[in-house]
Amino acid sequence: MTSVTTPTAQTVRRRPAREGRAPGRRRVSRERVYQWLFIAPALLYVVLFFAYPVVKNVVMGFQDYTTASFYTGEAPFVGFANYVTIFSDPTFWPSVTNTFVFTIGSIVGQFTLGLAIAVFFRRRFPLSTILRSLLLLPWLLPVIVSTALWRSLMDQDSGAINVVLKGLGIIDTGIPWLASPSIALLSVIIVNVWVGIPFNVAILYGGLQDIPEELYEAAAVDGASPWRTFWSVTWPLLRPTVTVVILLCVIYTLRSIDIILGLTRGGPANSTQTLPTASYFQSFQQFQFGLGAATSNVLIIIAFVFALLYLRASRRSLTD
Amino acid sequence: MTHASRRSRRLALVATLAGTAAALTSCAGGGATSTSGDVDTLRVADYYTDEPARSIIGDTLDACGASIGVTIEREAVPSSDYLSKILQQSSSRTLPDVQMIDAQDLPAIASSGALSPLAERSVPTDNVGDSVLSLGTVDDEVYGLAPTVGTIVMFVNNDLLQQAGVAVPTTWDELTAAAAALTVDGRYGIAFSAKNDGQGTYAFLPLLWSAGGSEDELDSDAARAALQLEVDLVSSGSASQSTVQWGNSDVGDQFLTGSAAMAITSGTQMSKLDAEGGRNYSITAIPVPTAGDTAVAPLGGEVWTLPRSGDDAREKAAADLLACIMSDENQLSLAEQRRVVPANPELDSAYLETLPQLADYVAVVRDGRSRTAILQEAWPTTNQAIWTAVQSAVTGQSSVDEALADAAASAASAQ
Repeated sequence: MTSVTTPTAQTVRRRPAREGRAPGRRRVSRERVYQWLFIAPALLYVVLFFAYPVVKNVVMGFQDYTTASFYTGEAPFVGFANYVTIFSDPTFWPSVTNTFVFTIGSIVGQFTLGLAIAVFFRRRFPLSTILRSLLLLPWLLPVIVSTALWRSLMDQDSGAINVVLKGLGIIDTGIPWLASPSIALLSVIIVNVWVGIPFNVAILYGGLQDIPEELYEAAAVDGASPWRTFWSVTWPLLRPTVTVVILLCVIYTLRSIDIILGLTRGGPANSTQTLPTASYFQSFQQFQFGLGAATSNVLIIIAFVFALLYLRASRRSLTD
Repeated sequence: MTHASRRSRRLALVATLAGTAAALTSCAGGGATSTSGDVDTLRVADYYTDEPARSIIGDTLDACGASIGVTIEREAVPSSDYLSKILQQSSSRTLPDVQMIDAQDLPAIASSGALSPLAERSVPTDNVGDSVLSLGTVDDEVYGLAPTVGTIVMFVNNDLLQQAGVAVPTTWDELTAAAAALTVDGRYGIAFSAKNDGQGTYAFLPLLWSAGGSEDELDSDAARAALQLEVDLVSSGSASQSTVQWGNSDVGDQFLTGSAAMAITSGTQMSKLDAEGGRNYSITAIPVPTAGDTAVAPLGGEVWTLPRSGDDAREKAAADLLACIMSDENQLSLAEQRRVVPANPELDSAYLETLPQLADYVAVVRDGRSRTAILQEAWPTTNQAIWTAVQSAVTGQSSVDEALADAAASAASAQ
C-alpha cells in the first residue's frame, strides 16, 4: 500500500496544482473503494435478506399475484385494488382491533409478571439459580409443542385447567377457553404471556444486575420501604432497559403468527384473527398473494413506527 | 501493489467467477444428460410423512420404480409446508417428476401451467371412476389421478346404541333424536368437525349436498337447513362446543375414547380404530334430510400429477411411473392397507371380499362428488367462507341466516 501512495504524493508536489488534483482525487476515491469493500458484505446481506423481501412485498401488494405468477413470473399491476379489497373486507377492522388487543394484552401481562419475577430473583435464596433457569423452559419449547400442550390443557371437556377448577368448586361447567369467540382471544393472550415471560425476566434481570448495590444500601439506611425503594431506585435506573424490552416485545408480538395458528387458527369465527393470520390465509388458503402482501404491508408500516421509536429510545439511552 | 499483480488478481477473480459459473451449469446439466436416453432416477414428492401411510406409499413407489427400471428419489414434506414448497419449486422450475397434490389444491396449481395434462403424456385414464376422474380434472383436462379416494361417513358405536336402544339414524330427525338419547354425563351423542379449516367444510358439505344445496349458492334454503342441523346439535348439548376446535382426527379420538357415541368424520379414521382393536363399531352414510334422499358426500384424496420438465425421457419415465401407481393391483393394495376405496369401481367386489364391512363406505364414495368440480379455482375462497359460516353459527356469534349471507358475499367476491 505505501509503495503506491508515496510516489503519488511526490507527483502531486512536483506537478502544477491543476493537473495535480487528478491523482489526489484518485487517492480519495481509492480510499472510498476500500471503505465500500469493508461495508460490502454487510450491505449485501442487508440488501439480499432485508431490503429485497420488503421491496418485493411492497411491490407484490400492487400486483394480482396468484399461483400462476410463481410459475410464469407474470403478475399484472393492479394499482391500489388490493388495498381497496382488504380495507372493504368486513373482517379487516376486527383483525386490526384483535392485533392491538393481542399485542397490548400480551405486553402488559408479560412485562408486569416478568418484572415481578425478575425483582423477586434479585434476592439470593437457596436454589434461586436453578429456579431461574427453569423459568427459561417455556422459551426453549418449540411453539408448536407448547401450543399443542395448551390446547389440551384448555380443552373444555377434559382439559386439566377445567378439571382443576371444577374440582375446587370454582366453576360448575367447563369454560370454553378456546371454543368460545368471546373468550378465545383472552386465552391466546394468556398463552402468549406465558411464552413471553422468560424473555422479559432474562433481560430485566440483566438490567437489575447493573443497578449498584450501594444505592439499595443507602435506601435501606434511610429507612425506605421496599415499595419506596422500587419506585425511587429500581424503576428510574431500569427505565432504559424497560423501553428496549417493551418495544422489542411489541414488534415481536405484532408479527407473531405461530401461537395463534397453533392454538385457534384465528378462530372460532375469526375471533382471534389478527393481521398476520389474515395475511397467511389470504396467501396460503385463497392463493391471493397480492392481498396477503397488502395486508402484511399494513402490518409492516405499524411495526415500522415502533421500530423508529425503538431506535430513538436506544439512541437516547446511549447518550444518557 | 504493482500494476501487474493487480491485473493478475483481477484475472484470478474472473477465473473464480468463471469456475463458479461452470460448476453451476454443470449442476444444471445433470438433468440434461439423461435426454440421451436412459433415466436412472425420478424425483417424487408427497406429504405422507406419518406412518403407516409413509411406508405404504414409499413401498409402492419403490416397487413401481423397480418395475420400470428407475430409482425413486422420494421426498415426503410435511403437509403444512407442502404448498409453499410446490410454489417455490414451480418458480425455480425444479418441481419433481411426479408430484402428489391434495385434490382441493389442484385447480390452483394446474392453472399455472406447471403441470402437463395427462392426455399429452398418454397416461391411461380408463381404469378410474367418473367421480374420481373429476377430482383431477381442471377446465376439462385431466391433470392428476388418485389411485384411491376416501370420503366422510358416520361411525356408530354399536354397543352404546344397543344399550340405549337406539337404531342407527338415517334421517336428520332420527339423527337429532339419537344424538340426544345417547348423550349422558361425560359423553356426547355425536362428534363432528366444525374446525376453521377445510375439515369443517368437509363435514358440512354432505349435509348441504344431501339437502339439494350447492357450494356456489350458499344463501339457499338447503344451506340454511344444513347449518341449522349443526347448530341444533351443539346448542342442544348433543355435541360438544369444542367441535369448533376439532379436526377429523380429534373427532376420531373422541369416538375412540367413547366420549362420543357417534362421529361424522373421515373414513381414514378407521385405521386408528382398527389398530386399537376391540371397538364394536360400524360405518354408515351420513343421514339425509328425509328418508329416500341420496347421501352425497365430498370425495377426499390426493392426485398424482406430472409437472413439466422439458426433458422427454424423464417425462416419459414419469408417465410410466404414474401408470404403474394407477394399476388395478396397486389401487387395490393401497386401498386395502389405508382403508380408502380404489379409484376403479370395477375393483369394488374384490375390495369388499377382503373388507365386507365397508359396503356402505364404498357406496358413499361411488355417489361422492369432487369439491372443486363446480368452482375450480374459486373453491379455496368458498372453502374458507363455508367454515367461517359454520363457526359463526355454531358458536352463536351470528344467526344461521347472517352467517350464510356473509359467506355468500365473501365467496362471490372471488368469483
